[in-house]
Amino acid sequence: MNSTALWYATRATGLMALVLLTLTMVFGLTTTTRARARNWPGFAQQEMHRRISILSVVFLGLHVLTSVMDTFVNISWAAVVIPFSSKYQGFWVGLGAVALDLMIAVFVTSLLRERMRPATWRAVHWLAYLSWPVALAHTFGMGTDAGEGWVIVLGIVCGLSVAAALGWRLRAASRQASARTAHASVPGLPPKHLQLGGHTKVWSRRG
Amino acid sequence: MIRVVIDPVACDAYGFCAELLPEAITLDEWGYPIVDGTPLPPELVEVARRAARDCPRRAITLRERKAHS
Amino acid sequence: MVNASETLPETKRYRILGHPTDLSGHVAALGPVPLPSKAPRTWREDFVSVLEASGLPGRGGGGFPAAIKLAVAHGAGGRGVVVVNGMEGEPASDKDKLLLIRSPHLVLDGAQLMAAAAGARQVTVCVPEGRDHVAAAVATAMAERANTQHAPTPETLVRPPDRFVAGEESALATWLESGASLPAFRPDKGMALRIGRQAALVHNAETLAHVAMIARSGPDAFRSHGLIEDPGTCLVTISGAVENPGVVEVDRGTPVIDIARRATPRQTPQALLVGGYGGAWVAPEHFATPYASLSLRAVGSSAGVGVVVVLGPDACGLAESARIAHYLAGQSAGQCGPCVYGLPAVADDLARLARGRVDVALTARLDRRLQEVNGRGACRHPDGAVQLVRSALSVFAADVRVHADGAPCPHADRPTQLRFPSSLGTAVA
Repeated sequence: MNSTALWYATRATGLMALVLLTLTMVFGLTTTTRARARNWPGFAQQEMHRRISILSVVFLGLHVLTSVMDTFVNISWAAVVIPFSSKYQGFWVGLGAVALDLMIAVFVTSLLRERMRPATWRAVHWLAYLSWPVALAHTFGMGTDAGEGWVIVLGIVCGLSVAAALGWRLRAASRQASARTAHASVPGLPPKHLQLGGHTKVWSRRG
Repeated sequence: MIRVVIDPVACDAYGFCAELLPEAITLDEWGYPIVDGTPLPPELVEVARRAARDCPRRAITLRERKAHS
Repeated sequence: MVNASETLPETKRYRILGHPTDLSGHVAALGPVPLPSKAPRTWREDFVSVLEASGLPGRGGGGFPAAIKLAVAHGAGGRGVVVVNGMEGEPASDKDKLLLIRSPHLVLDGAQLMAAAAGARQVTVCVPEGRDHVAAAVATAMAERANTQHAPTPETLVRPPDRFVAGEESALATWLESGASLPAFRPDKGMALRIGRQAALVHNAETLAHVAMIARSGPDAFRSHGLIEDPGTCLVTISGAVENPGVVEVDRGTPVIDIARRATPRQTPQALLVGGYGGAWVAPEHFATPYASLSLRAVGSSAGVGVVVVLGPDACGLAESARIAHYLAGQSAGQCGPCVYGLPAVADDLARLARGRVDVALTARLDRRLQEVNGRGACRHPDGAVQLVRSALSVFAADVRVHADGAPCPHADRPTQLRFPSSLGTAVA
């Protein structure tokens, strides 16, 4: 296939993957217990998060495929998954590999969710939050289109969206935590062990 | 006979199940689901499966029960 | 405070209290534990049918038939663990402490028999942190038996945390596996408890003492006491407004007031709390009710754990019940929303009722919450609290009417007649 066509395809699918990953993050961050927007059901956040994450994996796959197939630069299959092993732009491609590995981990653990402890699944999922800033750095570090005005705007919009979603999530969580402690301040009760609400709490360690 | 079973330890009161399946699941004043354990009408089973998939804590399962145990 | 006020004649009557404490005395009085040197399948089958014939239910509050529990654990395969539940988180109960101090070998014999029948390779005795005198007695007994024919299955002692919920059997299994006392959601009652991959057979200490006696004297000796539907003897802790609180061994089916009288109530009781803090109150018109599961359930109460608390006439039943409700709310494991939020809300409303600070919606709200909280936790903890509160509203209904009109009784401020662990406050708001 024409190297130039592949080159355009790599950049296009890469940017699309970034946008979709951003949307995945935003929908994931705004899926909360109890806090609700009016007229928009909570389960829709969850379903959008899932469906868009699958789309982002598809575009990521195309991005990886086209970049390996492009013979103009030397990116091997190994470099795609082993971070920082590429001969071409080792560091920035390496970041891409890190993001890819994290996303593969999330994808695989979600497929095998029934077979693992919930805490393990949750830990891997939280780790996936890292893939977004790494992917953003990879996009701009690679440099190909980083100078274009619209790409910069795109990057800023992505950044602000995730920041806004994260801020919203943190506020909702702290409001919930204080609601829980309010419930816990009942006379005659030690309030400490109600503060973490429904999450598991270890009462003592063995021995 | 398919029944909705909620794992109260896993449940964190997201409430998506009640949004999707209000005919079978209602929420108490603290946001936690109440199910009455009666079998689901067949037309609701598909939505119930969707609710089970959408639960962020995987707290819902659908169980085959021959009799109320 | 724990003194055995049993007045059992020194005859061949079936009993689990009153036997010698040390190993040689125990063996001299009762004979060695009837364990075969290997446990062939015929022995196992005979043992199970002996248990079935005796009709022995669990004495830890659940009342689940011992023979069925054994079958479930054995069917789960693998070389499992027999767990002796000596946790006794119920504040009003002392029977297991007493049993482990006075008759540890009987309890351990029962554990050995269960281990042989279930193919278990370990006996683990659980005594809470802080109960060092009980632990010392168990450790002494274990040392006497170690590496003898009395203890073919190795025995160990562990010390889980001293919390009400830590004695719940799935919480005990979870603690043994991972160090956290968290009850498990068990929708499938037919599935065995597990510690990792091993099956766990968890039994209350008293149940195992009965197993050891039944194995020696046969199921008929057990059945010659008690009722057909609820046979044998059981240990009951009597406390409250009485002169001689303590633990007695009684036949199942003894009227609850007769049990209470063994501890010499100071005055005619206003009500009796039966079954523990997750049990239920019994009103004077039902004082003749036999201490048995079906009989108590028929009057809105429950046999629960062997407990009778006497409420004197100069106490406020609603205030005492509010204290219990607050205590139970504070003992939640914190895993399930309806328990974490519902129990404190119910306790608060009951406290308001006791204080006479009633808003018009209170009774309806309390009833609704009791209905909603019931059965929606992973374990039976909220169910016990709901049962206790409902029985209080019923037995003290006259007080409810008076208090609801804004006129609380003066007794609400008196010091409590109930026992609570000292670390918790017991003030009614």
